Amino acid sequence: MRLPVPQALRRPQRPGEGNGAGPAERLRETPADLVGWLDERTGGASFLTGLLYRKVPKGTNWFYTLGSATLFAFTVQAVTGVFLAMYYDPSPTQAYGSISHLTSDVFLGEFVRGMHKWGASVMIILIWLHMARTYIFGAYKYPRELNWVIGVTLLILTMVMGFTGYLLPFDQRSFWATEVGNNITGTGPLVGPYLADFLRAGAEFGPSTLSRFYAIHMLLVPGLIIALIGAHLYLVVKLGTTAPPWLEPKRSRAVVKEERV
Amino acid sequence: MADAADKTNGSAGDGAFVKPDPPGYFEGESMSRRKALTVAGQALGGIAGAVIVLPAVGFAVAPIFDRPKERWEGVGPISRFTDKTYTPVVFTLVDGIGEAGKTTAYVRKAIPRPPFNETQPYEPYVAISTRCAHLGCPVRFVEAANNFICPCHGGVYDFEGKVVGGPPVRPLDRFQTRVRNGQVEIGPRYSVTSQLDPVRARDPGEFTGGIWNIIYPPRPDTFPAPSGG
Repeated sequence: MRLPVPQALRRPQRPGEGNGAGPAERLRETPADLVGWLDERTGGASFLTGLLYRKVPKGTNWFYTLGSATLFAFTVQAVTGVFLAMYYDPSPTQAYGSISHLTSDVFLGEFVRGMHKWGASVMIILIWLHMARTYIFGAYKYPRELNWVIGVTLLILTMVMGFTGYLLPFDQRSFWATEVGNNITGTGPLVGPYLADFLRAGAEFGPSTLSRFYAIHMLLVPGLIIALIGAHLYLVVKLGTTAPPWLEPKRSRAVVKEERV
Repeated sequence: MADAADKTNGSAGDGAFVKPDPPGYFEGESMSRRKALTVAGQALGGIAGAVIVLPAVGFAVAPIFDRPKERWEGVGPISRFTDKTYTPVVFTLVDGIGEAGKTTAYVRKAIPRPPFNETQPYEPYVAISTRCAHLGCPVRFVEAANNFICPCHGGVYDFEGKVVGGPPVRPLDRFQTRVRNGQVEIGPRYSVTSQLDPVRARDPGEFTGGIWNIIYPPRPDTFPAPSGG
Protein backbone atom coordinates (compact mmCIF):
# COMPACT_ATOMS: atom_id res chain seq x y z
CA MET A 1 0.00 0.00 0.00
CA ARG A 2 1.30 3.43 -0.83
CA LEU A 3 0.88 6.17 1.66
CA PRO A 4 -0.91 9.16 0.24
CA VAL A 5 1.65 11.93 -0.29
CA PRO A 6 0.16 15.42 -0.13
CA GLN A 7 -0.13 16.98 -3.56
CA ALA A 8 2.24 19.81 -2.64
CA LEU A 9 5.05 17.45 -1.67
CA ARG A 10 4.86 15.21 -4.72
CA ARG A 11 7.74 15.08 -7.08
CA PRO A 12 7.31 17.81 -9.68
CA GLN A 13 6.57 16.50 -13.15
CA ARG A 14 9.43 16.12 -15.55
CA PRO A 15 9.30 18.10 -18.76
CA GLY A 16 7.03 16.26 -21.24
CA GLU A 17 5.00 14.59 -18.50
CA GLY A 18 1.43 15.61 -17.72
CA ASN A 19 -0.47 18.25 -19.57
CA GLY A 20 1.35 21.49 -18.99
CA ALA A 21 1.15 21.80 -15.20
CA GLY A 22 1.35 25.50 -14.53
CA PRO A 23 0.04 28.01 -12.02
CA ALA A 24 -3.45 27.77 -13.45
CA GLU A 25 -3.53 24.01 -13.08
CA ARG A 26 -2.20 24.22 -9.55
CA LEU A 27 -4.97 26.66 -8.71
CA ARG A 28 -7.54 24.18 -10.00
CA GLU A 29 -6.22 21.55 -7.64
CA THR A 30 -6.99 23.73 -4.63
CA PRO A 31 -5.56 21.76 -1.69
CA ALA A 32 -7.81 20.66 1.10
CA ASP A 33 -5.07 19.18 3.31
CA LEU A 34 -2.85 20.77 5.97
CA VAL A 35 0.34 20.66 3.92
CA GLY A 36 -1.47 22.31 1.04
CA TRP A 37 -2.94 24.92 3.34
CA LEU A 38 0.54 25.77 4.65
CA ASP A 39 2.04 25.73 1.18
CA GLU A 40 -0.55 28.13 -0.16
CA ARG A 41 0.46 30.61 2.51
CA THR A 42 4.24 30.09 2.62
CA GLY A 43 5.38 28.53 -0.63
CA GLY A 44 7.33 26.18 1.61
CA ALA A 45 6.43 23.01 -0.29
CA SER A 46 7.80 24.23 -3.60
CA PHE A 47 10.93 25.23 -1.69
CA LEU A 48 11.12 21.76 -0.14
CA THR A 49 10.49 19.91 -3.40
CA GLY A 50 13.13 22.06 -5.05
CA LEU A 51 15.49 21.12 -2.24
CA LEU A 52 14.69 17.41 -2.07
CA TYR A 53 14.23 16.62 -5.77
CA ARG A 54 17.13 18.70 -7.06
CA LYS A 55 19.30 17.05 -9.66
CA VAL A 56 22.59 15.50 -8.58
CA PRO A 57 25.33 14.46 -10.97
CA LYS A 58 25.99 10.89 -12.07
CA GLY A 59 28.44 9.08 -9.83
CA THR A 60 27.27 10.69 -6.58
CA ASN A 61 28.33 8.27 -3.85
CA TRP A 62 28.64 7.75 -0.13
CA PHE A 63 31.52 10.26 0.16
CA TYR A 64 28.96 12.96 -0.59
CA THR A 65 27.22 12.24 2.72
CA LEU A 66 30.13 13.47 4.86
CA GLY A 67 28.76 17.01 4.93
CA SER A 68 25.34 15.84 6.08
CA ALA A 69 27.04 13.60 8.63
CA THR A 70 28.92 16.61 10.01
CA LEU A 71 25.65 18.53 10.16
CA PHE A 72 24.10 15.65 12.08
CA ALA A 73 27.04 15.61 14.50
CA PHE A 74 26.56 19.36 15.04
CA THR A 75 22.86 18.80 15.69
CA VAL A 76 23.70 16.16 18.31
CA GLN A 77 26.12 18.61 19.96
CA ALA A 78 23.54 21.39 19.92
CA VAL A 79 20.77 19.26 21.43
CA THR A 80 22.88 17.54 24.10
CA GLY A 81 24.59 20.87 24.87
CA VAL A 82 21.26 22.55 25.59
CA PHE A 83 20.37 19.81 28.08
CA LEU A 84 23.81 19.79 29.71
CA ALA A 85 23.44 23.55 30.24
CA MET A 86 20.43 22.82 32.45
CA TYR A 87 22.72 21.27 35.08
CA TYR A 88 26.04 23.01 34.49
CA ASP A 89 27.23 25.90 36.67
CA PRO A 90 30.03 27.93 35.06
CA SER A 91 31.64 29.24 38.25
CA PRO A 92 35.20 28.24 39.16
CA THR A 93 34.14 26.89 42.53
CA GLN A 94 30.98 25.06 41.36
CA ALA A 95 31.79 23.83 37.85
CA TYR A 96 33.57 20.61 38.77
CA GLY A 97 30.92 19.72 41.34
CA SER A 98 28.06 20.36 38.94
CA ILE A 99 29.70 18.14 36.32
CA SER A 100 30.26 15.26 38.72
CA HIS A 101 26.68 15.64 40.00
CA LEU A 102 25.43 15.59 36.40
CA THR A 103 27.50 12.54 35.56
CA SER A 104 26.90 10.38 38.59
CA ASP A 105 23.52 11.45 40.03
CA VAL A 106 21.31 12.69 37.22
CA PHE A 107 19.24 10.10 35.34
CA LEU A 108 20.95 9.40 31.98
CA GLY A 109 23.39 12.23 32.77
CA GLU A 110 26.44 10.12 32.00
CA PHE A 111 24.88 9.12 28.67
CA VAL A 112 24.03 12.67 27.58
CA ARG A 113 27.42 13.98 28.67
CA GLY A 114 29.08 11.06 26.91
CA MET A 115 27.21 11.87 23.70
CA HIS A 116 28.43 15.47 23.92
CA LYS A 117 32.00 14.47 24.74
CA TRP A 118 32.39 11.75 22.11
CA GLY A 119 30.21 13.62 19.63
CA ALA A 120 32.73 16.45 19.75
CA SER A 121 35.49 14.13 18.53
CA VAL A 122 33.16 12.63 15.92
CA MET A 123 32.32 16.08 14.60
CA ILE A 124 35.99 17.06 14.34
CA ILE A 125 36.80 13.83 12.47
CA LEU A 126 33.82 14.19 10.13
CA ILE A 127 34.49 17.83 9.30
CA TRP A 128 38.10 16.99 8.35
CA LEU A 129 36.94 14.06 6.20
CA HIS A 130 34.35 16.31 4.54
CA MET A 131 37.09 18.84 3.80
CA ALA A 132 39.35 16.11 2.42
CA ARG A 133 36.53 14.89 0.16
CA THR A 134 35.97 18.41 -1.15
CA TYR A 135 39.67 18.89 -1.79
CA ILE A 136 40.33 15.52 -3.41
CA PHE A 137 37.24 15.74 -5.64
CA GLY A 138 38.19 19.26 -6.69
CA ALA A 139 34.81 20.49 -5.47
CA TYR A 140 36.32 23.78 -4.21
CA LYS A 141 36.85 25.09 -7.76
CA TYR A 142 34.83 27.73 -9.60
CA PRO A 143 32.06 28.59 -8.86
CA ARG A 144 32.29 27.05 -5.37
CA GLU A 145 35.28 28.98 -3.93
CA LEU A 146 33.07 31.01 -1.60
CA ASN A 147 31.59 27.82 -0.18
CA TRP A 148 35.13 26.56 0.46
CA VAL A 149 35.90 29.78 2.36
CA ILE A 150 32.73 29.42 4.43
CA GLY A 151 33.62 25.78 5.05
CA VAL A 152 37.11 26.65 6.31
CA THR A 153 35.58 29.28 8.61
CA LEU A 154 33.24 26.58 9.94
CA LEU A 155 36.24 24.31 10.49
CA ILE A 156 38.01 27.01 12.51
CA LEU A 157 34.86 27.70 14.53
CA THR A 158 34.50 23.98 15.23
CA MET A 159 38.07 23.92 16.55
CA VAL A 160 37.22 26.96 18.72
CA MET A 161 34.29 24.96 20.09
CA GLY A 162 36.67 22.12 20.93
CA PHE A 163 39.09 24.49 22.66
CA THR A 164 36.50 26.39 24.71
CA GLY A 165 34.49 23.27 25.59
CA TYR A 166 37.57 21.49 26.91
CA LEU A 167 37.82 23.87 29.89
CA LEU A 168 34.23 23.45 31.06
CA PRO A 169 34.55 20.20 33.13
CA PHE A 170 37.17 22.22 35.09
CA ASP A 171 39.28 19.29 36.21
CA GLN A 172 43.09 19.29 36.24
CA ARG A 173 43.33 18.27 32.60
CA SER A 174 40.92 21.03 31.49
CA PHE A 175 42.68 23.68 33.52
CA TRP A 176 46.21 22.94 32.34
CA ALA A 177 45.17 22.37 28.73
CA THR A 178 43.56 25.82 28.77
CA GLU A 179 46.65 27.37 30.38
CA VAL A 180 48.78 25.90 27.61
CA GLY A 181 46.29 26.88 24.88
CA ASN A 182 46.05 30.45 26.14
CA ASN A 183 49.82 30.71 26.31
CA ILE A 184 50.15 29.45 22.74
CA THR A 185 47.76 32.27 21.77
CA GLY A 186 50.04 34.67 23.61
CA THR A 187 53.07 33.76 21.50
CA GLY A 188 51.67 35.56 18.43
CA PRO A 189 53.80 38.67 17.87
CA LEU A 190 52.42 42.11 18.87
CA VAL A 191 48.73 41.15 19.26
CA GLY A 192 49.26 37.73 20.88
CA PRO A 193 49.67 38.96 24.46
CA TYR A 194 46.48 41.04 24.19
CA LEU A 195 44.54 38.15 22.63
CA ALA A 196 45.59 35.88 25.48
CA ASP A 197 44.49 38.55 27.97
CA PHE A 198 41.17 38.85 26.14
CA LEU A 199 40.55 35.09 26.35
CA ARG A 200 41.53 34.96 30.03
CA ALA A 201 39.86 38.28 30.91
CA GLY A 202 43.08 39.41 32.60
CA ALA A 203 46.76 38.63 33.05
CA GLU A 204 46.13 35.46 35.05
CA PHE A 205 43.48 32.77 34.95
CA GLY A 206 40.78 34.60 36.86
CA PRO A 207 37.20 34.66 38.13
CA SER A 208 35.61 35.35 34.72
CA THR A 209 37.80 33.14 32.54
CA LEU A 210 35.50 30.14 32.88
CA SER A 211 32.27 32.08 32.28
CA ARG A 212 33.91 33.77 29.31
CA PHE A 213 34.79 30.41 27.78
CA TYR A 214 31.27 29.19 28.56
CA ALA A 215 29.66 32.17 26.81
CA ILE A 216 31.89 31.72 23.77
CA HIS A 217 31.21 27.97 23.74
CA MET A 218 27.45 28.01 24.06
CA LEU A 219 26.33 31.37 22.67
CA LEU A 220 28.79 33.17 20.45
CA VAL A 221 30.30 30.40 18.34
CA PRO A 222 27.16 28.21 17.96
CA GLY A 223 25.29 31.27 16.66
CA LEU A 224 28.02 31.91 14.11
CA ILE A 225 28.12 28.23 13.14
CA ILE A 226 24.36 28.04 12.59
CA ALA A 227 24.41 31.19 10.45
CA LEU A 228 27.33 29.94 8.37
CA ILE A 229 25.80 26.46 7.95
CA GLY A 230 22.75 28.23 6.51
CA ALA A 231 24.92 30.06 3.99
CA HIS A 232 26.87 26.87 3.26
CA LEU A 233 23.70 24.86 2.49
CA TYR A 234 22.19 27.69 0.47
CA LEU A 235 25.22 27.67 -1.81
CA VAL A 236 25.21 23.86 -2.05
CA VAL A 237 21.60 23.90 -3.25
CA LYS A 238 22.08 26.91 -5.49
CA LEU A 239 25.27 25.72 -7.19
CA GLY A 240 24.64 21.97 -7.08
CA THR A 241 27.24 19.34 -6.31
CA THR A 242 30.14 18.26 -8.49
CA ALA A 243 30.52 14.96 -10.32
CA PRO A 244 33.34 12.79 -9.06
CA PRO A 245 36.58 13.55 -10.89
CA TRP A 246 36.89 10.04 -12.36
CA LEU A 247 33.79 10.53 -14.53
CA GLU A 248 34.71 11.33 -18.13
CA PRO A 249 33.32 14.58 -19.48
CA LYS A 250 30.74 14.14 -22.23
CA ARG A 251 32.88 16.03 -24.72
CA SER A 252 35.52 14.31 -26.79
CA ARG A 253 39.12 14.45 -25.65
CA ALA A 254 39.98 16.65 -28.59
CA VAL A 255 37.46 19.27 -27.53
CA VAL A 256 38.63 19.15 -23.95
CA LYS A 257 42.22 19.57 -25.08
CA GLU A 258 41.27 22.51 -27.24
CA GLU A 259 39.42 24.15 -24.35
CA ARG A 260 42.46 23.92 -22.10
CA VAL A 261 44.54 26.21 -24.33
CA MET B 1 28.14 75.25 -7.83
CA ALA B 2 29.00 72.77 -10.55
CA ASP B 3 25.30 71.99 -11.08
CA ALA B 4 24.66 75.01 -13.28
CA ALA B 5 27.50 74.14 -15.59
CA ASP B 6 26.42 70.50 -15.78
CA LYS B 7 23.01 71.38 -17.14
CA THR B 8 24.35 73.18 -20.19
CA ASN B 9 25.69 70.03 -21.81
CA GLY B 10 29.13 71.52 -22.25
CA SER B 11 28.21 74.06 -24.93
CA ALA B 12 27.09 77.20 -23.16
CA GLY B 13 27.32 79.23 -26.35
CA ASP B 14 24.12 78.35 -28.17
CA GLY B 15 22.12 77.50 -25.02
CA ALA B 16 19.66 75.51 -27.13
CA PHE B 17 19.77 72.29 -25.19
CA VAL B 18 19.48 72.25 -21.41
CA LYS B 19 20.27 68.95 -19.76
CA PRO B 20 17.16 67.81 -17.88
CA ASP B 21 17.27 67.23 -14.16
CA PRO B 22 17.75 63.62 -13.14
CA PRO B 23 14.34 62.08 -12.44
CA GLY B 24 13.14 62.75 -8.93
CA TYR B 25 15.16 65.95 -8.50
CA PHE B 26 13.38 69.19 -7.86
CA GLU B 27 14.70 72.54 -8.96
CA GLY B 28 17.89 73.50 -7.08
CA GLU B 29 18.27 70.16 -5.30
CA SER B 30 21.62 68.46 -5.22
CA MET B 31 20.09 65.24 -3.95
CA SER B 32 16.78 63.54 -4.64
CA ARG B 33 14.39 62.97 -1.78
CA ARG B 34 14.73 59.21 -2.25
CA LYS B 35 18.52 59.45 -2.01
CA ALA B 36 18.37 61.72 1.05
CA LEU B 37 16.00 59.36 2.86
CA THR B 38 18.15 56.35 1.94
CA VAL B 39 21.30 57.99 3.30
CA ALA B 40 19.48 59.17 6.42
CA GLY B 41 17.99 55.71 6.99
CA GLN B 42 21.32 53.98 6.61
CA ALA B 43 23.04 56.51 8.86
CA LEU B 44 20.39 55.98 11.52
CA GLY B 45 20.78 52.20 11.21
CA GLY B 46 24.55 52.54 11.49
CA ILE B 47 24.26 54.68 14.62
CA ALA B 48 21.80 52.23 16.18
CA GLY B 49 24.17 49.36 15.40
CA ALA B 50 27.17 51.19 16.83
CA VAL B 51 25.24 52.05 19.99
CA ILE B 52 24.79 48.32 20.61
CA VAL B 53 28.07 46.93 19.32
CA LEU B 54 30.59 49.43 20.71
CA PRO B 55 29.64 49.09 24.40
CA ALA B 56 29.42 45.31 24.00
CA VAL B 57 32.90 45.11 22.49
CA GLY B 58 34.29 47.51 25.09
CA PHE B 59 32.70 45.41 27.81
CA ALA B 60 34.36 42.26 26.49
CA VAL B 61 37.75 43.88 25.95
CA ALA B 62 37.91 45.97 29.15
CA PRO B 63 39.74 43.36 31.31
CA ILE B 64 42.83 43.82 29.11
CA PHE B 65 43.21 47.33 30.57
CA ASP B 66 42.11 46.56 34.10
CA ARG B 67 44.97 46.00 36.55
CA PRO B 68 43.84 44.12 39.66
CA LYS B 69 44.63 45.40 43.12
CA GLU B 70 48.22 44.73 44.18
CA ARG B 71 48.25 41.68 46.40
CA TRP B 72 50.80 40.74 49.07
CA GLU B 73 50.60 37.54 51.05
CA GLY B 74 52.77 36.37 53.95
CA VAL B 75 54.26 32.93 53.39
CA GLY B 76 56.20 32.36 56.58
CA PRO B 77 58.81 33.74 59.03
CA ILE B 78 62.25 34.64 57.70
CA SER B 79 63.72 31.70 59.62
CA ARG B 80 61.92 29.37 57.23
CA PHE B 81 64.07 30.30 54.22
CA THR B 82 67.79 29.80 53.52
CA ASP B 83 70.06 30.78 50.65
CA LYS B 84 71.14 27.17 50.10
CA THR B 85 67.90 25.65 48.83
CA TYR B 86 64.32 26.43 47.94
CA THR B 87 61.29 26.13 50.18
CA PRO B 88 57.98 25.60 48.34
CA VAL B 89 55.14 27.87 49.45
CA VAL B 90 51.53 27.86 48.31
CA PHE B 91 49.77 31.19 48.14
CA THR B 92 46.73 32.77 46.50
CA LEU B 93 47.48 34.53 43.25
CA VAL B 94 43.88 35.32 42.23
CA ASP B 95 41.09 35.82 44.76
CA GLY B 96 37.64 34.28 44.58
CA ILE B 97 38.23 31.18 42.47
CA GLY B 98 39.21 28.72 45.16
CA GLU B 99 41.92 26.19 44.43
CA ALA B 100 42.30 27.40 40.84
CA GLY B 101 43.56 30.76 42.12
CA LYS B 102 46.40 29.23 44.16
CA THR B 103 49.93 28.73 42.92
CA THR B 104 53.24 27.44 44.21
CA ALA B 105 56.44 29.45 44.42
CA TYR B 106 59.92 28.36 45.47
CA VAL B 107 61.47 30.82 47.89
CA ARG B 108 65.08 31.26 49.04
CA LYS B 109 67.12 34.01 50.63
CA ALA B 110 68.73 36.20 47.96
CA ILE B 111 72.51 36.36 47.62
CA PRO B 112 73.40 40.00 46.86
CA ARG B 113 75.66 40.36 43.87
CA PRO B 114 78.48 42.91 43.57
CA PRO B 115 78.75 45.83 43.31
CA PHE B 116 77.05 46.31 46.66
CA ASN B 117 75.51 49.74 47.03
CA GLU B 118 72.34 51.40 48.25
CA THR B 119 70.85 52.06 44.80
CA GLN B 120 71.03 48.46 43.64
CA PRO B 121 67.53 47.07 43.12
CA TYR B 122 67.59 44.38 45.69
CA GLU B 123 65.03 41.75 46.46
CA PRO B 124 65.68 40.35 49.94
CA TYR B 125 64.21 37.00 48.93
CA VAL B 126 63.94 35.22 45.60
CA ALA B 127 60.51 33.76 44.85
CA ILE B 128 60.58 31.63 41.70
CA SER B 129 57.24 31.08 39.98
CA THR B 130 56.43 27.47 39.08
CA ARG B 131 54.84 28.60 35.82
CA CYS B 132 57.05 27.14 33.09
CA ALA B 133 58.33 29.74 30.63
CA HIS B 134 57.48 27.44 27.75
CA LEU B 135 53.68 27.10 27.92
CA GLY B 136 52.82 27.48 31.59
CA CYS B 137 52.84 23.96 33.06
CA PRO B 138 53.86 23.73 36.72
CA VAL B 139 57.59 23.05 37.21
CA ARG B 140 59.00 21.45 40.36
CA PHE B 141 62.38 21.82 42.04
CA VAL B 142 64.33 18.58 42.09
CA GLU B 143 66.73 18.75 45.02
CA ALA B 144 69.02 15.96 43.79
CA ALA B 145 69.58 17.61 40.40
CA ASN B 146 69.44 21.17 41.78
CA ASN B 147 67.20 21.90 38.78
CA PHE B 148 63.65 22.98 38.06
CA ILE B 149 62.00 20.42 35.76
CA CYS B 150 58.77 20.77 33.80
CA PRO B 151 56.61 17.64 33.33
CA CYS B 152 54.94 18.69 30.07
CA HIS B 153 57.60 19.21 27.43
CA GLY B 154 60.87 18.66 29.25
CA GLY B 155 61.99 22.18 30.14
CA VAL B 156 64.93 22.28 32.59
CA TYR B 157 66.14 25.32 34.58
CA ASP B 158 69.15 25.75 36.87
CA PHE B 159 69.17 26.92 40.51
CA GLU B 160 68.65 30.57 39.47
CA GLY B 161 65.85 29.66 37.08
CA LYS B 162 67.91 30.08 33.91
CA VAL B 163 67.13 27.72 31.04
CA VAL B 164 69.56 24.83 30.71
CA GLY B 165 67.49 22.57 28.44
CA GLY B 166 64.25 22.02 26.59
CA PRO B 167 61.93 24.45 24.85
CA PRO B 168 61.53 27.33 27.38
CA VAL B 169 62.31 30.74 25.88
CA ARG B 170 63.43 32.60 29.01
CA PRO B 171 64.19 32.02 32.69
CA LEU B 172 61.42 31.27 35.15
CA ASP B 173 59.27 34.21 36.30
CA ARG B 174 59.66 35.61 39.79
CA PHE B 175 57.49 37.32 42.36
CA GLN B 176 58.38 40.50 44.21
CA THR B 177 59.25 39.90 47.84
CA ARG B 178 59.44 42.02 50.98
CA VAL B 179 59.72 41.50 54.72
CA ARG B 180 57.01 42.78 57.05
CA ASN B 181 57.02 42.03 60.79
CA GLY B 182 59.46 39.18 60.35
CA GLN B 183 57.25 37.61 57.68
CA VAL B 184 58.33 37.10 54.10
CA GLU B 185 55.62 38.43 51.81
CA ILE B 186 55.08 37.63 48.13
CA GLY B 187 53.72 40.25 45.74
CA PRO B 188 53.14 40.74 42.02
CA ARG B 189 54.74 38.61 39.31
CA TYR B 190 57.53 39.85 37.05
CA SER B 191 59.54 38.26 34.28
CA VAL B 192 63.29 38.37 33.71
CA THR B 193 65.60 38.48 30.72
CA SER B 194 68.23 35.83 30.10
CA GLN B 195 70.57 38.04 32.21
CA LEU B 196 67.97 38.01 35.04
CA ASP B 197 67.16 41.72 34.57
CA PRO B 198 63.55 42.32 35.67
CA VAL B 199 60.92 43.22 33.07
CA ARG B 200 57.16 43.53 33.29
CA ALA B 201 55.42 40.14 33.49
CA ARG B 202 55.08 38.34 30.18
CA ASP B 203 53.06 35.24 29.39
CA PRO B 204 54.89 31.95 28.96
CA GLY B 205 56.27 31.34 25.49
CA GLU B 206 57.21 35.01 25.02
CA PHE B 207 60.89 35.96 24.75
CA THR B 208 62.23 38.85 26.85
CA GLY B 209 65.01 41.37 26.41
CA GLY B 210 66.08 43.54 23.48
CA ILE B 211 63.74 43.63 20.50
CA TRP B 212 61.53 40.97 22.10
CA ASN B 213 60.26 43.55 24.60
CA ILE B 214 58.62 45.25 21.60
CA ILE B 215 57.50 42.13 19.71
CA TYR B 216 55.82 40.95 22.92
CA PRO B 217 54.71 44.31 24.30
CA PRO B 218 54.05 44.87 28.01
CA ARG B 219 50.39 44.64 28.93
CA PRO B 220 48.50 47.23 30.96
CA ASP B 221 46.98 44.60 33.30
CA THR B 222 50.40 43.63 34.70
CA PHE B 223 52.48 45.36 37.35
CA PRO B 224 55.67 47.34 36.68
CA ALA B 225 58.85 45.34 37.29
CA PRO B 226 60.64 46.04 40.60
CA SER B 227 63.31 48.26 39.04
CA GLY B 228 60.71 50.12 37.05
CA GLY B 229 61.67 48.41 33.79
